[in-house]
Amino acid sequence: MGAITPTHYVLLSAALFMIGVFGVLTRRNIIVIFMSIELILNAVNINLMAFSNQWGNSNGQVFAIFVIAVAAAEAAVGLGIILAFYRNKETVNIDEMNVMRW
Amino acid sequence: MAEVVTFYALSVIILAFGLLVVTARNTIYSILFLIVDFLAVALLYAAMNSLLLAMIQVLVYVGGIVVLYLFVVILVNLKRPSEQHVDPGRKSVIGGVMAAAVLAELTVIGVYNAIRPSVVPGAATDVGSVEKVGMALFTNYLIPFEVASMLLLVAMVGAIILAKREL
Repeated sequence: MGAITPTHYVLLSAALFMIGVFGVLTRRNIIVIFMSIELILNAVNINLMAFSNQWGNSNGQVFAIFVIAVAAAEAAVGLGIILAFYRNKETVNIDEMNVMRW
Repeated sequence: MAEVVTFYALSVIILAFGLLVVTARNTIYSILFLIVDFLAVALLYAAMNSLLLAMIQVLVYVGGIVVLYLFVVILVNLKRPSEQHVDPGRKSVIGGVMAAAVLAELTVIGVYNAIRPSVVPGAATDVGSVEKVGMALFTNYLIPFEVASMLLLVAMVGAIILAKREL
């Protein structure tokens, strides 16, 4: 248990990213899939923040702010789509979202 | 020493609640776990002396995005049981091999780093201050900042159009 190096942050970030990927791949509820995507974005942010701090450069923090802004936009549009879809199909199961598959 | 303890404690909380988010059966519980997860990430930022990002994380994620999720889950009827998923094209062996490859890769990186610690400059203390981040945001990244505001505006209009019953 030495000092905390960027490696620690990268491993934490990789683990959180994998949890998010696991959620995207295994869950069928599209709301939970969206939450998994938020976890993935958070994992990316942890990386950006760790390296920004370690190298004494503020640019990583700026990019983390942009990632958060894009995540907010993505959540708003995505949840709008979920609502519109639920109104038509009465389901949030992605197995039934195959109208535009072909 | 306190830094090390904080990091490991927050890591355990983040990973444990992340797993709970993706495994919880009830979507409402998933969202509540997600709140704890985001707060733990905000604390991690605060532990890195990045108070501005910690505040933004709490305000935008916990205060904005999670509330949006809660609204949607309440609007969408949860009483209907979700169907059991049977994927005919599931390739368990290929997935297992790829997961093992990623795990091996991470292990190699960890072992390599333990043998040969990389030389990194010591952590700066004030890089996450409002002054530094604001200066970078409003000088070098002014145009991306404006583009991001346009993106948010477009997303807001799009969300309203999508979610509206009829135009």
